[in-house]
Amino acid sequence: MSTQRTAGVPSETLKFVMVGHVDHGKSTLVGRLLHETGFIPDTKVEHVKKVCEDQGKGFEFAFLLDGLEEERDQGITIDVAQMFFKTDKRHYVVIDAPGHKEFLKNMISGASNADVAFLMIDAEEGIQEQTQRHAYLLSLLGIKQIAVVVNKMDLVGYSQQVFERTRDTYLQYLATIGVRPHSFIPISAYHGDNVVRKTDKMPWYTGRSILETLDHFESHDDRTKLPLRLPVQDVYKFDKRRIIAGRIEAGSVAVGDTLTFYPSGKSTRVKTIEKWNAETPARVYAGESTGLQMEEQIFVERGEIAALPSAPPQTGESFHANVFWMGSKHLQKGGKYLIKLATQEVEGTIEAIVKVINSSTLEEISSDAAEVAKNEVAEIIVSTRRPIAFDTFDAVPETGRFVIVHDHDVRGGGIILKKAEYLGANL
Amino acid sequence: MSSTDHLDKLENQSIFILREAYKKFKKLAMLWSIGKDSNVLLWLARKAFYGHCPIPLVHIDTSYKMPEMIQFRDHYAKEWGLNLIVGQNKQALAEGMNHTKGRIVCCTALKTNGLQQIMEQYDYKGLILGIRRDEESTRAKERYFSPRDKNFEWDFKDQPPELWDQFKTNFDENTHIRIHPLLHWTEVNIWEYIQRENIPVVPLYFSRNGKRYRSLGCAPCTNPVESEAKDVAGIIAELKATRTSERAGRAQDQEDTYAMQRLRAKGYM
Ligand SMILES: Nc1nc2c(ncn2[C@@H]2O[C@H](COP(=O)(O)OP(=O)(O)OP(=O)(O)O)[C@@H](O)[C@H]2O)c(=O)[nH]1
Ligand SMILES: [Mg+2]
Repeated sequence: MSTQRTAGVPSETLKFVMVGHVDHGKSTLVGRLLHETGFIPDTKVEHVKKVCEDQGKGFEFAFLLDGLEEERDQGITIDVAQMFFKTDKRHYVVIDAPGHKEFLKNMISGASNADVAFLMIDAEEGIQEQTQRHAYLLSLLGIKQIAVVVNKMDLVGYSQQVFERTRDTYLQYLATIGVRPHSFIPISAYHGDNVVRKTDKMPWYTGRSILETLDHFESHDDRTKLPLRLPVQDVYKFDKRRIIAGRIEAGSVAVGDTLTFYPSGKSTRVKTIEKWNAETPARVYAGESTGLQMEEQIFVERGEIAALPSAPPQTGESFHANVFWMGSKHLQKGGKYLIKLATQEVEGTIEAIVKVINSSTLEEISSDAAEVAKNEVAEIIVSTRRPIAFDTFDAVPETGRFVIVHDHDVRGGGIILKKAEYLGANL
Repeated sequence: MSSTDHLDKLENQSIFILREAYKKFKKLAMLWSIGKDSNVLLWLARKAFYGHCPIPLVHIDTSYKMPEMIQFRDHYAKEWGLNLIVGQNKQALAEGMNHTKGRIVCCTALKTNGLQQIMEQYDYKGLILGIRRDEESTRAKERYFSPRDKNFEWDFKDQPPELWDQFKTNFDENTHIRIHPLLHWTEVNIWEYIQRENIPVVPLYFSRNGKRYRSLGCAPCTNPVESEAKDVAGIIAELKATRTSERAGRAQDQEDTYAMQRLRAKGYM
C-alpha cells in the first residue's frame, strides 16, 4: 500500500534541553548553533538584526529564539522554545529552557521532554542557584546524559585555570546527586568558539565542540527492550471492529500474544493489530500509537495497562515517590489531588511528607512535614482511592511517573520509588 | 527492532494527541483551513480513528479565500463524508470589513471573531489546530494543549506545565483549550508525509507560470513565491535548499515586529 519509506533521511531523533542559571547564555548558544548549521532562514536573521539595531545593540543570537516582545525587551527567556535541525547522523529537537527561577515550571516542562541535556555555567559568574537546581531536577527527571558547558570564556581571557576551577567545584556538587557528566566544554557562545567550529583561542582544550558532543551522545531509545506496557487510551467502535487504542509505552506486542489488563486482571489474546492506509503489522513497538482487536470481547476501559502476564506491572493503592512542586499554593499533607499516571486518573491523598529538601542546596528543610512549597522537592507517600497499576521509575520510567493536578493545572510531578506496603493507622 | 522512521514517529505522537483530545473533550472541533497542514491533520485523524473522522471540521470563511480552496473543501467534505461547519462573520462583512481597514483589524474581525462566534454557537471546549513550532517564534513556545480564557486570550507569559504527555484536559467553564497535534512537525516533514501518504492538496501549491503559493490564506494578503516546483517532490527539494521563512508571503506577519504575537495573544490561530 502507500507506506514507502523516505530514503536518505536519518531515522534517529534526539531531543536535548539547554538549562542553567538565568543569563548564562543558553539561548545565545542555541541561536548560534542553529545559525551556523544553516537552520535559521535569512529572513529571520534580517529581522533580528533590525530589532537589535532599533534597540541600539549588537546582534543577539538569543533573539532568534526569544521571539516575544517581553523577552527581547528584558533580554530574558520566559518560556521554552523548541526548534528543529539535523546532522548527517540524526534529527535533533532543541529545547531552550528559561533560567529564571520564576519560570522553573517552564524549564521543567521543557526538560521533561528531553533525552539529554546541556547544563550551562557562565565562566565569570560561576555556579549559581539554578545551576545546581537544574542539575538536580534533570537527575530526578531521569536524564542521564548531561554535558556541562562553561560559557563566556571570552570574558575570562579563555583561561584554562578558570575553566578547571569551575569544573572541579561543579563535579563535587554533581557527585552528591549521583550525576556523572558526559563532558565539560569551554565555549564562547557569543563568538562561536567551540560551538560548531573549534577555536584556536583555547589550545589547551582538546575535547569536542558542542556539535560534536551532540552527535556523540548515545541515543538510548531502548524502551522496546522493557516489558510491554500498553495503557488503554480509548476503546473504539466506529464500525464492526471493536478496537482497543493506545500508545505502547514500553516493550512490544504481537498478534497471538495473551495480554492481561491491570489492575482488573482480565486476559485475552490479540487477534489483529489495526492500521488505516498501511499494512497491518504482526508486531508493534514502544512509541507506536496502535489499536488491537482482541479474541474475546472483554470489557476494559481507559486507564488499564495491558502487559504480558509474565512481566506484569505492580498494582496497589499506595506508593512512595519523589515529587517536585510547581504550584504557588503549597502541597498539603492530607490534601486530595488528582493523580494522572499514564492514562489512569485517580484521586490521591498525600498520606505523609517524609522529607522536604531545598532543590538547589539539597539541604533538608524538614522531615515529617505538613507542606511542600513551590520549587521544593519532597519524598511523599500517596494513597489512591482505588487500586492502580504502576511500576517503579527505575524499572519502567513511562509507567513509573505521574503528575499532580490541582485547580485544573498540573502543579507537580513525581517518580515512584516503591510500593508502600502498609500505611498503618493513617488509613 | 522497531521499524519506525522519522515520519512514523511524528505520526505516532500526533495520533496520541488526537486520541487524547477526542477522549477528553465532548465538545470538540477541528479547524480546517484547507491548507496543507490542516489536510495532514485531517489525514492523521482518519489514521487515529481508523478511516473515520468523528470530529466536526470548522472552516472559517472570510469570503476572501481563493476559489480553488472552497472547491477543494466541498469536494473532499463530500467524498470523505465529513461533518463540515462553515463559519463567517457576516456582520463584519456586511459592514464592509476588508484588509484595507488594516490587516490586523481584518484578521481579527474575520478570522478570530468569526471563530469565536462559531465556538460560542456550538459551545466547543476543545479546538484542534494544525499550527507548527517552526512557523514563527510565538508558535515555537506553544504547548500541545494550550488554554484560552473567556475573552479568547492566550496568556503566553504564564502557560501551564506540560509534562510527560500529561496534557491540560481540566479547565474552567469559561475557557477553552487549543489542541496542536502538529506542533512538532516542520514544513518539510509535512510535504514528505503528503508525498508518502499521497494526501490530496489544493493545486495552488504547485508552480504555474513560475510562481506557487507556499502558504494559503486570503487572496488579498497572500502572495505567491517564485518557484518552479510543479509537484510534491519538487517542493521538498526546493524547501531543503531555501533560506526564507514559510510565512514570508503572509502580509499580516510583516505588519510590524510583534504583529503575530499580538494577533495570537488575542486568539488568532
Ligand atoms: N561575552 C559574552 N556574552 C555572552 C556569551 N553568551 C551569551 N552572552 C550574553 O549574555 C546575555 C544573556 O544571554 P542569553 O542567551 O539570553 O542567556 P540565557 O541563558 O538564555 O538567559 P535566560 O534564558 O533568560 O535564562 C546576552 O546579552 C548575551 O549576548 C558569551 O559567550 N560571551
Ligand atoms: Mg534564554
